[in-house]
This record gives sequence, C-alpha cells and structure tokens, in this order.
Amino acid sequence: MTTPVIKRAAAPPRRPDRQGDGADKARHDRLLVRIFGRQPIGIALAAPYAVFIGAIFAFPLGFAVYMSFHDYFFTAPGVNVPHPFVGLTNYKTALSDPDVLNSFVHVGVFLIINVPLTVVLSLGLAAALNQAIIGRTFFRVAYYVPYVTASVAVVGVWLFLFNSDGFINTLLGPLAPSPSWLVNSFWAMPTIAIFVTWKQLGFFILLYLAALQNVPKELYESAATDGAGKWKSFTAVTIPGVRPATGLVVLLAIVTGANLFTEPYLLTSGGGPDKASTSPVLLMYQKGIQQGNPDVASAIGVVLVIVVLIIALIGRRFTEGEK
Amino acid sequence: MKRTSLAVAGLLAASIALTACGSSSTGAAAGSATTGPIKIWYSNNAQEVTWGKQVVSAWNTAHPDQTVTAQEVPAGKSSEEVIGAAITAGTEPCLIYNTSPAAVPQFQKQGGLVDLNSFADGASYVEARTGDLAKQYQSSDGHFYQMPWKSNPVMIFFNKKVFAKAGISTTAPPLSTYADFLTTSEKIVSSGAAKYAIYPAPSSEFYQSWFDFYPLYAAQTGGKQLVVDNKSTFSTADGQAVATFWQSLYTKKLAGTETYNGDSFAAGVAAMAVVGPWAIANYKGKVDWGVVPVPTEKGMTAAQTHTFSDAKNVAMYASCQNRGTAWDFLKFSTSQAQDSQLLTLTGQMPLRKDLSTAFAAYFTANPDYKLFADQAARTVEVPNVANSVQIWQTFRDAWSSSVIFGKSDPKTALPGAATKIDSLAGQS
Repeated sequence: MTTPVIKRAAAPPRRPDRQGDGADKARHDRLLVRIFGRQPIGIALAAPYAVFIGAIFAFPLGFAVYMSFHDYFFTAPGVNVPHPFVGLTNYKTALSDPDVLNSFVHVGVFLIINVPLTVVLSLGLAAALNQAIIGRTFFRVAYYVPYVTASVAVVGVWLFLFNSDGFINTLLGPLAPSPSWLVNSFWAMPTIAIFVTWKQLGFFILLYLAALQNVPKELYESAATDGAGKWKSFTAVTIPGVRPATGLVVLLAIVTGANLFTEPYLLTSGGGPDKASTSPVLLMYQKGIQQGNPDVASAIGVVLVIVVLIIALIGRRFTEGEK
Repeated sequence: MKRTSLAVAGLLAASIALTACGSSSTGAAAGSATTGPIKIWYSNNAQEVTWGKQVVSAWNTAHPDQTVTAQEVPAGKSSEEVIGAAITAGTEPCLIYNTSPAAVPQFQKQGGLVDLNSFADGASYVEARTGDLAKQYQSSDGHFYQMPWKSNPVMIFFNKKVFAKAGISTTAPPLSTYADFLTTSEKIVSSGAAKYAIYPAPSSEFYQSWFDFYPLYAAQTGGKQLVVDNKSTFSTADGQAVATFWQSLYTKKLAGTETYNGDSFAAGVAAMAVVGPWAIANYKGKVDWGVVPVPTEKGMTAAQTHTFSDAKNVAMYASCQNRGTAWDFLKFSTSQAQDSQLLTLTGQMPLRKDLSTAFAAYFTANPDYKLFADQAARTVEVPNVANSVQIWQTFRDAWSSSVIFGKSDPKTALPGAATKIDSLAGQS
C-alpha cells in the first residue's frame, strides 16, 4: 500500500496587508519627519549657520569645558605633552582665589547699576523719540553714534571727563570724590557701569523704537477715552506693550555686561585701582593669555557661563511674568 | 528643551573627541643645517623698522637663494600675546627681533623655541658677543633659547626747562639719594613748574614694575634679580627701602596715580621719567632733557649703579624649517657691522661686551648716549624662571595695593607677595 503523497499546495502568495503596510509607511514617514522635520529643505538652508554655530561657538565652549577639567596649556603643533584629567582642581584654584571671587562681585555691582539704568533710559528715550519732536532724526543718530564707535576711541574722552582735573570734577567742585572717579575703589565700577550704559544706549533705544511701532494706536486712544493722562498711558499701555522687547533688552544687557572686558582694561588700566574693577573676563585674559594658565581661565569661564544663565533666567522670569 | 540639551551634549562630546585627536599629532623636526627662504618679524618702532629693512636688504643681496621676508609683529594687545598665539597655531616666523626675556620661559614651555645650543657654534657665539651678561639669558637647563640682542638701560630723564623754572641745577641735579630726590620733587611740584615730579604708569599690567620698582631695586642691591635660585629676593630691607621711597612720592602727590593718556614727560606734565634710550627719538624737539642714574638710598656713583636692562632679544621659533639660514641670518644681523647700524639708527645698545670700545667713535660724536653705554654693562634682567609673568603680576598686585594706592602696608604686602612668588618660582 502506498501512501498517497499528498502534495501540499504551495502557499499562496501572502495577500498584501494593506493595513499593516500603511502603518509601516506611516511609522517610516514619522521617523523621517522626526529626523528631518516637515520641510527637509530647511535643514539644507539652516546647515551653513549650524556649521558656523558649531565651529565658532559650540566647539570653543566644549574645548573650554575640556580644558577646565584637565591640566592644560597651549603648545606648538607637534609638541606632545600629557594633559591629565584633574577633576575639579582648576575650579578649586579659581574659586579659592579672592581676586576671582571679587571679580564676580564687581560684575554684580556693574549689572545692578547697568541693567536697570539701561532699561529705564532706553525705554524713556525711545518713547520720547517716538513722538513727533523737533530734531528727532538728529537725536536718534546722536544716541546711536557712541554704540558704533570703538571703546578705544571714546575712552580717551571719558578719561578726560573723569580725571581729577576733568570736566565733571570742575563742575562738582568740592563735591568731587577724592581720589577721583577712576582711581577711587568705590566709584571705579559705577563709573564703568555708567560709561557702558551710555555707550550701548543707542542700540537698546533702537530695539524699543521697533517694539513701539507694534503697540496698537487704538490702545492709546482707548486709554485717552478712559481719561488716562500721558503717564498713565505710558505705564498702562506702553510698558506692557513692549514687554517682550524689555525681556530682550534685559537679557542682552546681562550677557554683554557679564562679559565686561574692554572698559576696565582701558578705562581703569587693567581693573584698577588696586583691582577694584576687575571682571571675570579680564582675569580670564590675564590668567589664560598672559600667564599661560588657560585651564584655570576656562574654569572661570565655565562658572561665568553658569552664573550668567542663572541670572538671565531670573531676568526672563522677572520681565516676562508667569507665562 | 530636551532636544536642545541632547544637541549641546552631542556637540560637547564631539568637540572633546576632536580636541583629543588634535593634541596627539606630531610634527617633523627641522634640521639645524637646512637652508632656504625664511620669514622674520621685527618691532613696529619706526627706527627699528628702518634698521630691519636695511639688514634684510643687505642679506638678500648677498644670498638670493636664501631670501628673508620681513614684517612688523602683527598688531595685538602686546607682542608676547601675538607671539604666543602664533606658536600655538604654528604660524610664527623663524626669527622674532622683539622677544621679551620675560616671555621666554612660557614660550619654551609651549615648545615654541629652538635651543640655540643645538647649533655647533650656538652657545659660543652668544657668549663671545655678550660676555658675562649672557648668563642672565640662560634658561634653567643652562641652554640659550634667546639671543641677547639689545638693551635700553633705564635711567632718570629730567626736563631741563622745568628744573630751571623750579630753581634746580640742570647740570648736577640733586637726584642721587632718596632724600635728595624727594626734596627735588617737592620743589618741582610746589613751585608749579610741573604738576608731578615723576609719573610712571600706575596701572596694574605685570610689566609696569620694570619701570618703577625694578630699576631702583637693581641699583639698591648692586644688581640683584627679583628671583634668585627660585627664591624671591625683595622681602628685605633693600626692597622695603625702595617701596618706602615710592610710597612717599605717591603719598605726597609727587607722582600721579591716574592713568595718563599719552607721554606725561613729553607733555610736560611730569618733570622726570624712568625710561631707556629708545625714547630719545620721541623727545626730539619736544623736551630739552638731561639724564642721571636711578637713585639709591645713600647714593652711589654712576659707575657703580645698576639698573633694569629693558632688553629685547631674538629667538628662533619651532616652526622654522630652514634653521641653517635662520642661524646664519641671526649671526649676520648681530654682527659688529649690523650692531653699529642698530646703534646709529635706533640709539639702543647692542648687548655686546665690547660696546664702548667697538663703537667709541659713535659715543664720542653722541655724548648723550655715552651714559647709557656705560650703564649697559651693569644691567639686570628679569629672572628667567617658570611662571615669570605670573610672578611679575603677583608682585605688581602687591605693589599697586600698598605703594601706589595705600590700601595696605608694604611691610606686609611685599612679604605676602614673596611667599606666593617662592611657590610659583619653585614650580616646573
């Protein structure tokens, strides 16, 4: 007896599972969208700037972090020296140096004076310049000129104004401080803060002028209808209307202020008198470039970045409210 | 936010990885006999530019197959920073005729300098030209990484018109002792002849002590350096005497504490200046000047007085490939003929042991410069030790705080600085 061989029919080709394929495709598409975004061409357009950011900002920042954790100094190409990992040693060296700690205090004093003064003056002047006043274009240009002029060029004028026989002391007569402003430990940093405020005011006025264009005129009309005077309109309409610009102004003032270097270097001859106007960046320059300790300088820089981020976040919360 | 954090973390990781790769590269060492074209840098001082152009022209005419291309040191906050950055980037030229001795230890640590002893006649050439003074320019390993080139012995310049107005002798002004110097200074200021008697920069840059404390300290101690055998030397009665002298000038407002925008001596704001002969060209037509050695506590003759050298040297840099040509050009440019050109064109003193005799005719024709030539034999250099710049900054900080601004007592500030400096000098 033979056992009939039952030929198994060949398995029919699988029916395309349209539902499953669709899910795969959707998953694939979602993955592509996740990686490349909805408009992949955007990546190509943004790539040059991303490369620029990576090369000019991210790489040096990463390098600075690397240096801050290693025993590092700059060498000629081809010179092989070990850069051992030293943990937090550079941070300990930096933060146990009274000069470094004092420099953070100095920059704190600078920010306390510079940031509010910048906001108040630039908003006030922008609001004034936004009105139809005589010589408006002249004033707009006049406020902007210090901003576009190199610090080196205007420092000479300020040295002349604030030295012991200068214009300010002549004006103040017996009320002039002794020693004079820039060689007075108490007044040196406030004088620098005022100089920087004056110098950068034009830029911040421009930001506010742009923001003021976006405040609807109807709001002023409504306020006037409700009986609001000029001051009330300013506080109830203008200030809330330019709040996003205020956030930007505060952020920029904090970031540029924390990176203070040129002014103490030139105006108080390298952070004088007796280191009363040193800034963290000035010390980074001294330690990293002049004295050949870029590892400790990087540690100061990393601490400064963290401090600036914290202050900027506080500033943002303060200016943008509980959004 | 999460995406941003991931991106930043990725970039940091990538940059660290790239950095690690970059630091392990090696470069080929150049031979000391290789010849060919080379590049050099020199100072942007107008007189030195003139000298540099003629020496290059003379060399190129005689060596068309080993041409030298020259330029001024690129602009920067200081030559030392520009050179330091160039070493790191490997873009420095073969020779730089503006190398500060204070920066040599740092450049050496960077691996940026060529050991001149690697040339068969390297050390012997330096020693034969400069004599005993060359020892101050040896590094801790006993080798030369710099060629002692020229000095600017620092002395006291005085304005004859101001002195005459104050009723002070212009032929033998009483300036040799601290007491005389203070009395003369008081006369100048109280008479209204000048606002200040003297006005060294009161700023806090590390090198400013070379023009107030150091020349007087060199004179007071008979030629002692700031650091000897890795130990500071200034926390002594001599160091305190110099500090007290300057403190008196500042306390009595005979010296200015504010930064002066310009040259206070040339402008007539100060009656005296602490400077070397390089400045003479700047004073031409502006100041009728005289010159005396720096003072000491009890006074000493000019023939005994030491001072700070304010030297600038020549160094050969590591990226130089044609080192044979560089060494030959270095010898050519420091030959007696070229040193004569240097003296004539710039008024600066070639660091030669035979300075007074080799150029006797020049000093006879230019007696103003003879005193500087005499002083050049007794100059003190900054110590060639590790952390040189940091050491000078530490000293300057203590000096500014105590002597210039009176915030602390020099009797405690200087010993404090000495302790820190001992620690820095002892590091490798």
